Amino acid sequence: MSTHETSMQALGSREELHKSVRTVRLNVEQASFAYAASAEDAPTFTLGSTSFQARERELVAILGPNASGKSTLLRLISGTLAPLSGRVELDGQETNRLDSRTRAQRIAVVHQESPILYAARAGDFVLQGRHPYGRALRLATPEDIAIARNALAQVGAEHLASRTIGELSGGEKQRVILARALAQQPRLVLLDEPTLHLDIGAQVELLERLRQLAEENKYAVVVVTHELALAAEFADQVVLLHHGTCLRVGPPAAVYQRELLEQVFEAPLDVELGPAGRPRVHLRARRDEDAT
Amino acid sequence: MRPLTLKRLLWTCGALAIVLLACVVIALKSGAVPISVTNLLVNLGRVAIGRSDQLPTEYRLIVFDLRLPRVLLGIFVGAALSVSGASFQALLRNPLADPFVLGVSSGAAVGSVLATIIAPRLALIMPLGALCGALATIAAVYFLGRREGQLDSATLLLGGVISASFLSAIVMFLTTTLAGRDLRGIVFWLMGDLSTPIQPALQWIFTAGLLVGIGAIYTTAPDLNLLLTGEREAIHLGVDVMRVKLVVYVSASLLTALAVSASGAVGYIGLLVPHAMRLLFGSDYRLLIPASALGGAIAIVIADTLARTVAAPTELPVGAVTALAGAPVFIYLLRRGLR
Repeated sequence: MSTHETSMQALGSREELHKSVRTVRLNVEQASFAYAASAEDAPTFTLGSTSFQARERELVAILGPNASGKSTLLRLISGTLAPLSGRVELDGQETNRLDSRTRAQRIAVVHQESPILYAARAGDFVLQGRHPYGRALRLATPEDIAIARNALAQVGAEHLASRTIGELSGGEKQRVILARALAQQPRLVLLDEPTLHLDIGAQVELLERLRQLAEENKYAVVVVTHELALAAEFADQVVLLHHGTCLRVGPPAAVYQRELLEQVFEAPLDVELGPAGRPRVHLRARRDEDAT
Repeated sequence: MRPLTLKRLLWTCGALAIVLLACVVIALKSGAVPISVTNLLVNLGRVAIGRSDQLPTEYRLIVFDLRLPRVLLGIFVGAALSVSGASFQALLRNPLADPFVLGVSSGAAVGSVLATIIAPRLALIMPLGALCGALATIAAVYFLGRREGQLDSATLLLGGVISASFLSAIVMFLTTTLAGRDLRGIVFWLMGDLSTPIQPALQWIFTAGLLVGIGAIYTTAPDLNLLLTGEREAIHLGVDVMRVKLVVYVSASLLTALAVSASGAVGYIGLLVPHAMRLLFGSDYRLLIPASALGGAIAIVIADTLARTVAAPTELPVGAVTALAGAPVFIYLLRRGLR
């Protein structure tokens, strides 16, 4: 073995060491998917080969305009869809091959809010997060109750436990739904447009909370969003999608290039680098352009 | 946080069972020949200790041969229809779902009547025909209720109401044109009536069917709680949604079919009782299903006692009493839901 090779190996292992401090939780490897009405028909939508990794404590934003393939990618990651090619692994196991119970113990998914038919108390709602761990009737054990209480505390919603979901505000409801996801004690938390119905203050609060939770509980967090500014401010990595193609993967500073974003979001934008090395995006009104 | 405990579950069911027992005693004592409670208890006690030979003959006839079978039939039908209604409400995510409103009862009636016409000698053919009718109807209504791949609440109800009226017309056609055969009357099938007890040969099969149906639905109770918050959410919490749907559709149809072939299409019990139980005990299906079974039994026993006594000596069909109470509640819930 030559000295060159040895030094290359040493370099490699040092990089490995650096990375392994934060183990890879989610590994999306050239995953693709195609929707078609039937097997013979041409696909109506395809998601091209997409690759990225999410480590523990990391927040990854899947960013793109409507119909860019964000939700499809989310379903591939959550394991409810099997990729047409490639693989999606969580801690080395393919997510779509996990049985539903195990999958629910490892992956929590928070959707855009859905209507709840009957008034449930927030506390009982959070306890539903223990469903994948229970047996038969799933009567709550003291441990389940402690975990649910803790989950509510982590999102700062202990005081809401005995309120019914219907009487909560949008931001409070979102926190309770997040608490249910935490009660699943997952390794990966997926959120689909979680900020959609929140005002700007609640949006920032939610993302700050997600960052903090990822840090405390060693989750990997994947957020699907079309909010450029929020992704820039809070994501460790951004996966940029456009018309079913994965255009870029990387830290916000690398992905946020003006021409690229203008092309993807079809709007005139300004991008500048903020003091913390995070890009800032501004919408540029077209009348300015006309004046110059 | 006040999660459901085994203690609360058992206490609630125990309390409802006591109320049911009280209703049974009242039902047994009231009628054309009133019987005092003491007399009744003494004679019930005699039966309980196995000395039924000491019973006076008129007691045996009135209480044990006439009223008790009718009360037991009422308990059976009430439990079956209430649990069936509660299950349809969770599955279709529609608080107004009920086997009668959705046309499932009428479908079971058509199946039952057709089966009796085809093979009148086969006792078991009637509940089997009813089951086929119920399953076909709920499948049809489910697909009628879909708009752009989503289950639409109003369309579903409209589809159910239209199916119910269409199937009722078929029942009328079949019973009138084929009269003279061994068929029961229109009123029995369309309104529900407890005056004909289940044939002794079928009693065990009906009881087993009831217990299997309710038991199967009860195994999915925690999953139904999650389905109420959305199908996708339930999948992500580890619920095998396809399996749960299949189990509940088949079991709820079975319960409706058994109830209808025993008593015709008694309406609104599956709507009224689960709602009342929800108001009293909350919407947790682990409690709601047994509470609905007992509550449904209580409701029908009361309704049938009223039906027998209000216009005595004439008897009303029990379905007339349940519809008088049920239809206004349906309208109230509908208005509240639309607001």
